[in-house]
Amino acid sequence: MSHSEFEKGTSLWRDAWHRLRQNKVAVASGIFLSVMLVLCFVVAWYCQNPNEQNLVNKFASPGAEHWLGTDQMGRDLLSRILYGGQLSLVVGLIATAVAFCIGILYGAVAGYSGSRIDAFMMRIVDVLYAIPFLVLVILLQQLLSSYANEAADWIVATLEIKESTTIDNIRRVANIIPLLIAISALGWLTLARITRAQVLALKEQEFTQAAKSLGLPPMRILLRHIIPNTLGPSIIYVTLTIPAFIMYEATLSFLGLGIKAPNSSWGVLIKDGANYMETQPMLLILPGLFFTTTLFAFNFLGDGLRDALDPKAAKD
Amino acid sequence: MPRFILQRLLQGLLVLFVLVTISFFLIQALPGDAFVKERKMSEEAIQIQKERFHMDKSWAVQYVHYIKRLVFYRDLGVSPKKNRQVAEILQQSFPPSVILGLNALLIACAIGIPLGVFSAVNKNTWFDYLSMGFAMVGICIAAFIIGPLLQTFVAMKIPALKVAGWDNPLDILLPAITLGLAPAAYLARLTRGGMLEILSQDYVRTARAKGVPYLTIIRRHTLRGGLLPTVAFLGPAFAGLISGSFVVETIFQVPGMGRHFINGAVDRDLYLLLGCVLYYGFLIVILNLVSDIVQALLNPRLRDTI
Repeated sequence: MSHSEFEKGTSLWRDAWHRLRQNKVAVASGIFLSVMLVLCFVVAWYCQNPNEQNLVNKFASPGAEHWLGTDQMGRDLLSRILYGGQLSLVVGLIATAVAFCIGILYGAVAGYSGSRIDAFMMRIVDVLYAIPFLVLVILLQQLLSSYANEAADWIVATLEIKESTTIDNIRRVANIIPLLIAISALGWLTLARITRAQVLALKEQEFTQAAKSLGLPPMRILLRHIIPNTLGPSIIYVTLTIPAFIMYEATLSFLGLGIKAPNSSWGVLIKDGANYMETQPMLLILPGLFFTTTLFAFNFLGDGLRDALDPKAAKD
Repeated sequence: MPRFILQRLLQGLLVLFVLVTISFFLIQALPGDAFVKERKMSEEAIQIQKERFHMDKSWAVQYVHYIKRLVFYRDLGVSPKKNRQVAEILQQSFPPSVILGLNALLIACAIGIPLGVFSAVNKNTWFDYLSMGFAMVGICIAAFIIGPLLQTFVAMKIPALKVAGWDNPLDILLPAITLGLAPAAYLARLTRGGMLEILSQDYVRTARAKGVPYLTIIRRHTLRGGLLPTVAFLGPAFAGLISGSFVVETIFQVPGMGRHFINGAVDRDLYLLLGCVLYYGFLIVILNLVSDIVQALLNPRLRDTI
């Protein structure tokens, strides 16, 4: 049997892809998200400087020079939204990726080990589950960000960095990383549960028994044979986790605990906009629109993926 | 059943213990303390204050002391920043949070459950698409967007409604709507899913074949089973509403617990923070237990297993 004949066997993913393409809402969401990514990560570089203040021209209406007008400091709103989107999306995507890896490994190890180790590991998850998520994220973020700030100062001092732009960049990173860690350190619980439940079923199946009887080491069985088979449901969950994490970031930033100036994210823009609601509602509505539509698209894509990968649930 | 409840209560105690321990050391590890920003106080005064709150001792001693007071005297300590009993602060700010959460939950149920049931019954009609679209909007539109919008475009236009504050009963309306929108959306989706599953059961088909009126089928045969996932969601949702209402409380200036939690985190107010965390944790544990029991009462299949 040649190699290509093996590949034809991956019909689950091909079927799912086919079904996904039939789902107009999901396809539209996918296109929308691609456009949003291009806007935030490519087009943004060609926009005006989002930090350039022009106090003479504050609260300008949309026009040829500033397509979406300017904010309270005369900064171009469109480029602020696009640059802010970079951070919102980066936080959502990276935190999800980290949480995904932790959750899958944790759940798989727990499920595959079974008995006492499994019970102990899942009890930890139960306990963490019962803790209000945002409360712990806030505490953890506060703790980490104080260390990150110290680390940033230390790096600047020991490397004797003089350039203000470099110092600025180091501080920006020091602001983002604690938030990323705090969200992903606590965001993997559901994924661990999903994966464990699947592994419990998969480890009784013939192909796992075959791999075992061939004498493969447990880690190899897990990584090569079991985890790839758990990815379907996990991927659905991932597309629903990204918007949730973007929402957490925005919530923390809105409360003044997350992303801080000179960094900006959609949450920061909405927070700023809320202060000028009475006279300039557009300062909140426009970033809010970008934020909400992006979450919308992620959720619709997630729903579409679920229907595509789990046709039994989709028949409703 | 009693054994199950006892087991869950013990597990809840364990959760609370772990929660307090993690939070205690997390907060202690935060740099600075409650007095670091007090410029008015002299060094000596700060030292005296620190001794009063045992802040000159090691973390372990402080921890043991806190747990001892908590377990034996149910004493939450004194807030160093506010110089008041934490229990007293929380007893004042807890009711607004609970009232807000309850009203939000009521609004969520009043919108979400009927929407879900009607969507399921009228599956794949314009009503279904419309209400599920609405549900998606409810999930995606954040409280910090809808809150300011309601303030500007509703509260400022209607004289009876205030932009912010917590004086007369009507002030609850806008914050409760803001807070209840997301759970309303989740409830609608959950209820629709649960109802659809029951509606496709054989016994429903049998009932229809017998000629039972459709409304009677919905009422007598499907609502109880179809609402199970909804009920399962209500307990955690209520706990989430109370512990997640910082944003809404900030926007509408509700004198609830959220404010104390955020301020406590910023001010490094150890005992106030721990008190808030304990209240939140306690609520979640109790509400999860209640929702499990209610589920068991509604679902005979679960009743035998516990």
